[in-house]
Amino acid sequence: MGKKQYNRREFINRSMQVTAAVAVGGLATLAITKSKAGGTVWQIDPFECTQCGRCATDCVLPVSAVKCVHAYDLCGYCDLCGGYFKPGVKDLDTGAENQLCPTAAIERRFIEEPYFEYIINKDLCIGCAKCVAGCSSFGNGSLILQIRHDLCVNCNECTIARVCPSNAIHRVPANKPYIIKGDFVADENSRWENPT
Amino acid sequence: MNNESQNINKNTVTKPEVLHRKLNGNTEWKSYFSSLCGCSVFSVVKFKITFFILFLLISFSSFSQQQRFPKPEFETGYTQPTPTTPEPRALAWEYIDVSVLVLVMSLAAWFALKRRSRKGLLWLSVFSLVYFGFIREGCVCSIGSIQNIALTLFDPAYAISIPIILFFVMPLIFTLFFGRVFCASACPLGVIQDLVIIKPVSLPVWLRKSLGLIPYIYLGLAVLLAATGSEFIICRYDPFVGIFRMGAEFTMIILGIAFLLLGMFVARPYCRFLCPYGVLLGWMSKFSAKHLSITPAECIQCKLCENSCPFDAIDAPTETLKTDEKKLNKKRFSIFLLLIPVWIFLGGFAMSKAHSFLSKAHPDVYLAELLIQHPELKEDPDNIDIQTFLSSGKTMEHLVTEAKEIKQKYYTGSWILGSFLGLAIGILLMNQYVFRRRKDYTPNKVDCYSCGRCMDYCPVKPTPNPSREGNEPTPNPSEEGNKATPNLRQPEEGGPLQK
Ligand code: SF4
Ligand code: SF4
Ligand code: SF4
Ligand code: SF4
Ligand code: SF4
Repeated sequence: MGKKQYNRREFINRSMQVTAAVAVGGLATLAITKSKAGGTVWQIDPFECTQCGRCATDCVLPVSAVKCVHAYDLCGYCDLCGGYFKPGVKDLDTGAENQLCPTAAIERRFIEEPYFEYIINKDLCIGCAKCVAGCSSFGNGSLILQIRHDLCVNCNECTIARVCPSNAIHRVPANKPYIIKGDFVADENSRWENPT
Repeated sequence: MNNESQNINKNTVTKPEVLHRKLNGNTEWKSYFSSLCGCSVFSVVKFKITFFILFLLISFSSFSQQQRFPKPEFETGYTQPTPTTPEPRALAWEYIDVSVLVLVMSLAAWFALKRRSRKGLLWLSVFSLVYFGFIREGCVCSIGSIQNIALTLFDPAYAISIPIILFFVMPLIFTLFFGRVFCASACPLGVIQDLVIIKPVSLPVWLRKSLGLIPYIYLGLAVLLAATGSEFIICRYDPFVGIFRMGAEFTMIILGIAFLLLGMFVARPYCRFLCPYGVLLGWMSKFSAKHLSITPAECIQCKLCENSCPFDAIDAPTETLKTDEKKLNKKRFSIFLLLIPVWIFLGGFAMSKAHSFLSKAHPDVYLAELLIQHPELKEDPDNIDIQTFLSSGKTMEHLVTEAKEIKQKYYTGSWILGSFLGLAIGILLMNQYVFRRRKDYTPNKVDCYSCGRCMDYCPVKPTPNPSREGNEPTPNPSEEGNKATPNLRQPEEGGPLQK
């Protein structure tokens, strides 16, 4: 009887093994049929971002992986830059009290009358989106927020994406990791599309 | 259902306030937007597929999308710089991670089953802690990959990447063959807890068994929330990832440290009483083809290993039951077996009552209910979520329809979740009356993490394998572990061991 029981147990064990293997294999196969080679990363769609400011505060990193990026193609090189100056400033100079950026991360450089170039110092930028909001309101919208992939650790679920009020953060194909605004004419094609 | 949707939990009202950490001065711009933006409408067409629903077009008119100022024609030969776009981590690295994982698990299996070396497992766990924990910063881990699998099965728009599938599947396969060697020394969450064990206390069975139900709840909830596209709770409440990254939300760091402190006395608290992946690994391990054994040969009933396991995972030998006890046991077993469908139904029914509450985890449902309950919040300029919704041009009806559909999914989902939990409870109760005859002290295959501690306590020396007489270490080519570590010290106690 002992032997018979042993065999029965052995048999149950064996069948459960097969069942488990089939279940895991089936799940894996199902997942693989839906998989995409290449992987994804998180990115902000600048056309959807409403500059709420959570990008600065909600990244898991101590200093956000989101930084302002200047899409120079769009920039008007304005003297009165809506992204650089606080609204209603008197003097258009580089005084800290005139600057919109809380960390003075934007460098203003004279090029030729009447044009100025604005360069973001990514080491100072905290991704607060104030300049982005200013530029979108008064300028061409050439300052945008992007997740910088040299900093981002590509969390399984981006914590900013979870709280972004305009759902502007998506998984994008890793081979097209940025959504930089371009010339508005060419722009339609460069828009990110859903991976499927 | 509508009535239910009106029931808003009191403490959830405070949630937006927490979320609305605003940066000063941002509001001033908002008023400028509205005056400037009406003029230009740049329709953004984007397919947004959240969960099963295809949201239709969203047109955005909330801010300027027009080139107001033409691009200047420079005369001084200025060349326009291009924005820097550093590349993400190469995909090759992800495959390297998977290979390292497989290698570590093969080594762990070899250490646990063949070499019987606790030391080997220990050093392997230190390596995993450094590599998977601090270098890879604990993301994506196998535990979190449950959610990616759930999301990809239910969300047609989400395409999972192959390394994540492998992270999910490989440990399960290894466990099916060799027991929970992944937990022994590959899982960064497990090893960080394993390394802090100082003076483990033994917990009473009833407490272990009832706390052991939490992982089932966690697993079910995680799958439900991931499948409905709400959020990834395993990642959000991972207590150790903040330590691996050396920075996270303050509360999460505190939680991680608390777990480690607790873990000095209650060994591996996360593994035993929370880890949702551990549930799956336990199932696999229960039927594993091979498993670590405490003694290398015959157990001599010396009882030295009895209290060696910090996780109370060693089953003591059992006495033979008397015939009348056997009969009683059989009877109780049949009763509890018949009760299982009742448990399943009760679980599903109870959980379906909670679907409305659960569905608030989805931001759309949350927002819709908040707006229905507190329409006055529309005037609150500090509530970013509501203000963004109002300026997005989406109508309230649209939002409510979406929220209702999501709730419906939650209704179905909570029935399934509840039935699953009912089944787990039913089986737990039934198993009380399953009698297993055991001659020797053996590791409980479900709970044992194959950490190898108990092996060190066993005084029995392995019987040399007659086929490998003479202590000639003949590396077995089928052993991946052997090949990978040619420079490891030779076994001290005779040849390889018999199971
Ligand atoms: S959280 Fe979203 S809306 Fe807010 S700044 Fe970041 S991307 Fe823009
Ligand atoms: S205003 Fe904010 S987003 Fe813009 S450069 Fe400064 S820190 Fe970065
Ligand atoms: S994925 Fe993680 S690190 Fe990257 S931006 Fe989002 S929260 Fe920050
Ligand atoms: S039980 Fe979970 S957390 Fe613990 S080692 Fe296993 S997979 Fe990791
Ligand atoms: S190997 Fe031994 S000590 Fe370690 S968990 Fe298993 S039974 Fe416990």
